Amino acid sequence: MTDLRTIPMNYAQAAMQAPHDAALPQSPPVKLSARGLNFWYDKSLAVRNINLDIPEKRVTALIGPSGCGKSTLLRVFNRIYALYPKLRAEGEVLLDGENILDPKYPMNRLRSRVGMVFQKPVPFPMTIHENVAYGIRHHERLGKAELDVRVEQALRQAALWDEVKDKLKESGLGLSGGQQQRLCIARAVALKPDVLLLDEPTSALDPISTGRIEQLVEELKQEFTIMIVTHNMQQAARVSDYTAFMYLGDMVEHGATSQIFSNPAKQQTEDYITGRFG
Amino acid sequence: MNAPSASLYRNRRIKNAVAIGLACAAALFGLAFLGWILWTLLAKGLAHLNLALFTQDQPPPMEAGGLRNAIVGSLLMCGMGVAIGTPLGIAAGTWLAEVGGHRKLGTAVRFVNDILLSAPSIVLGLFVYAAFVMNTGGNFSAFAGALALAFIVLPVVVRTTDEMLRLVPVQMREAALSLGVPQWKVTLQVLYRSALPGIVTGVLLALARISGETAPLLFTAFGNEFFSLDIGGAMSAVPLTMYKFAGSGFENWEQLAWAGALLVTLFVLATSLLARFILLRKRAAHD
Repeated sequence: MTDLRTIPMNYAQAAMQAPHDAALPQSPPVKLSARGLNFWYDKSLAVRNINLDIPEKRVTALIGPSGCGKSTLLRVFNRIYALYPKLRAEGEVLLDGENILDPKYPMNRLRSRVGMVFQKPVPFPMTIHENVAYGIRHHERLGKAELDVRVEQALRQAALWDEVKDKLKESGLGLSGGQQQRLCIARAVALKPDVLLLDEPTSALDPISTGRIEQLVEELKQEFTIMIVTHNMQQAARVSDYTAFMYLGDMVEHGATSQIFSNPAKQQTEDYITGRFG
Repeated sequence: MNAPSASLYRNRRIKNAVAIGLACAAALFGLAFLGWILWTLLAKGLAHLNLALFTQDQPPPMEAGGLRNAIVGSLLMCGMGVAIGTPLGIAAGTWLAEVGGHRKLGTAVRFVNDILLSAPSIVLGLFVYAAFVMNTGGNFSAFAGALALAFIVLPVVVRTTDEMLRLVPVQMREAALSLGVPQWKVTLQVLYRSALPGIVTGVLLALARISGETAPLLFTAFGNEFFSLDIGGAMSAVPLTMYKFAGSGFENWEQLAWAGALLVTLFVLATSLLARFILLRKRAAHD
């Protein structure tokens, strides 16, 4: 029934219609880049020789079939993988020119500069205010008034303030799924990071909440460099400026989203975005 | 619908009814015994559940009295047992869930803990007798009793802490760590908060269990006919007094034993209800 040839056109149109596309400067500065990055799960190589530049204050989407290594790659950028034994990254990841994989790079500093939001919304078992204040308290000594300002600012940035301003003292667990995810975004942006890593942030949400998060990503890129892992190719086309396609641990293709979705250079990329596999 | 599938559905409905009937019968069979025990306890104990039970010490045969010395002894030793066993158990459980659980040593500790969990309580009493009482000049003491009870509390708390912490979603751990907060702070400030209702429930169930233990106290606290607050000396406990009184043949002693049995049962019931209530509230907060 479905004519496969019409599908890539839809993606291309979605990408074209994205408001950011028209005003893209030719080469925004590079914020984060991977150089010859390999990632090992014990003895198996999960991500192979990645070279990738992430432009500043843009949205870069990582797409690819399950198990292709896109989440693995994302989790290298704030070294959250280091939590588990037998996981190992080789190569370089440069954040403003400094190698964050260097054991001398302080974890504290890295995590305050690179924030992360996960697939499942996980508010901490505390009040909405405390959820947002938790990270700030660890990194900065602020008075109550200053802290309140920061919390409000973060909640506004996450487009959640109007919904929760009268119940800041209530538990974060009482919010809806979409609100919880925006609370998690507020918690991450409260630290004023440079980079935000979003690991399938909408895959547990309904379409309306998904729409709000996508809109939010659009606003957040004014201030943050964003990387988003997604299974939803329309989402990648809608929200991202750049797209990287991964397959079996390799970076197959990386480029402007409009180009990847309308005129991919590799056959594999075209096959994936037209739904022929994956 | 055609004939063969109609008969198939009828057969299934019959099997279903039979299975449900058997399950109900089995449940009733179990509940009947529980009801019988509670009824006997109430019938024989309720009449003697009076103020004197709490204000007077245990009497000589054929005289009026209460169980004050035993009740106070039970509360003291159970309290100390929980106070010793809980921090150790939480620390060990935290180590298992957060640090060493997936190493070989962690697997070994978990295994040994499970053995301790199912060890007969008299063995723990004998252990404390041999390791502590004999080494302090054969001196029976409330502290030794509390120590034996702590060995019952310990594996329960280790197990619940371990399990409750492992139930905390991995992503909550990662989310907290991704804010740059070090692991020990994440454990104390985020994970414990999430696991707390479960851990408290485990401690309460351990308390309920030790409040009725007799065997570990026989060679440790020994029992005492008199009121004592000296934790360095022998002390009475409700189950110990019940053990001594129940088959004594003296009517007043046997009445006190029934009253003590009812008291312990009510305490266990109240503790379990409290534990259930805490868990239910946690679940409500999460939904």
